[in-house]
Amino acid sequence: MSSERERGSGVYFAGARAGLPFALATFVLGISFGVLARSLGWGVVAPIVFSVITFSGSAQFAVAAVLGASGGALAAIVAAVLLNARFLPMGVAVAPFLKGGLLRRALEGQAVVDASWALASRGGGRFDREFMIGATVPQVAAWIGGTVIGVLAADVVGDVEWLGLDVIFPAFFLALLVDELHDGEQNIAAALIAAVLSLALVPLVPPGVPVIAACAAALLGLRGRSS
Amino acid sequence: MKALWVAIVGVALASAAIKAMGPVLLGSKELPPSANAVIALLSPALLTALVVTQTFGEDSHLVLDERAIGVGAAALALSLRAPVLLAVALAALTTALVRAFG
Repeated sequence: MSSERERGSGVYFAGARAGLPFALATFVLGISFGVLARSLGWGVVAPIVFSVITFSGSAQFAVAAVLGASGGALAAIVAAVLLNARFLPMGVAVAPFLKGGLLRRALEGQAVVDASWALASRGGGRFDREFMIGATVPQVAAWIGGTVIGVLAADVVGDVEWLGLDVIFPAFFLALLVDELHDGEQNIAAALIAAVLSLALVPLVPPGVPVIAACAAALLGLRGRSS
Repeated sequence: MKALWVAIVGVALASAAIKAMGPVLLGSKELPPSANAVIALLSPALLTALVVTQTFGEDSHLVLDERAIGVGAAALALSLRAPVLLAVALAALTTALVRAFG
């Protein structure tokens, strides 16, 4: 039993190491969120609480965008929900690999963030639970820590967009996608359909919806595997 | 200020519920093979959609800006079999350079 436990903790650490580069980028994005929140007059406490209980960059920037443009709370929530709706299919994909009863599974599901989910994908629909949870820990810490620094040092730090760290995520997802495309013609077909769907929908629907709609490309799997 | 706190608590609860939904509803049930085949294709579909929207999407517009150049640099590096971290670093560096001097 103990050897199994050791193997498990080794995988958590491997995941945490793999998550470190993303933690660095997340840290800087957290700073920029804190700076933005201060500039919107949110004070010190609210942005930090927000990062602690939500730890979702896309949703939190969306709330800032909506409220900053004098939108209401409901509009902000709707925008954030649409953006985070992608975690539903991601959660479905990892669900068979999580452990325990309902409450524990619900908690483990909170570890799903873009980079960790992608890092833990082992192809063919399999996921490494320990690796995913390990990769999420440094990213959450970095997001909260970045927010704190951004909020407290808003005047000193200023805008950090010039660093180019926002492209770290799409570039990394592209690298993982290239790996996935080696796994058969059906993956390539699904990716092509998803690309067309999301490109076509970006100008037509609110942000977040194109990503969800592109998941429809996975229904190609119902036609049976050709490779 | 009240709207801010309503939004913060609402988004936190909604986000947690969305993430919990799949793991809770599916439990540890064995899924039929057809469902597994669909789930297996979620990875390439979601990854593609994330790349496309985070590279070309700006609110509800398609744009071609410094991000596309950076991600393009990563694509080029990957096609030359560069390691993933190098390709990702190149993307950030390229985007930063174009933002600074472009």
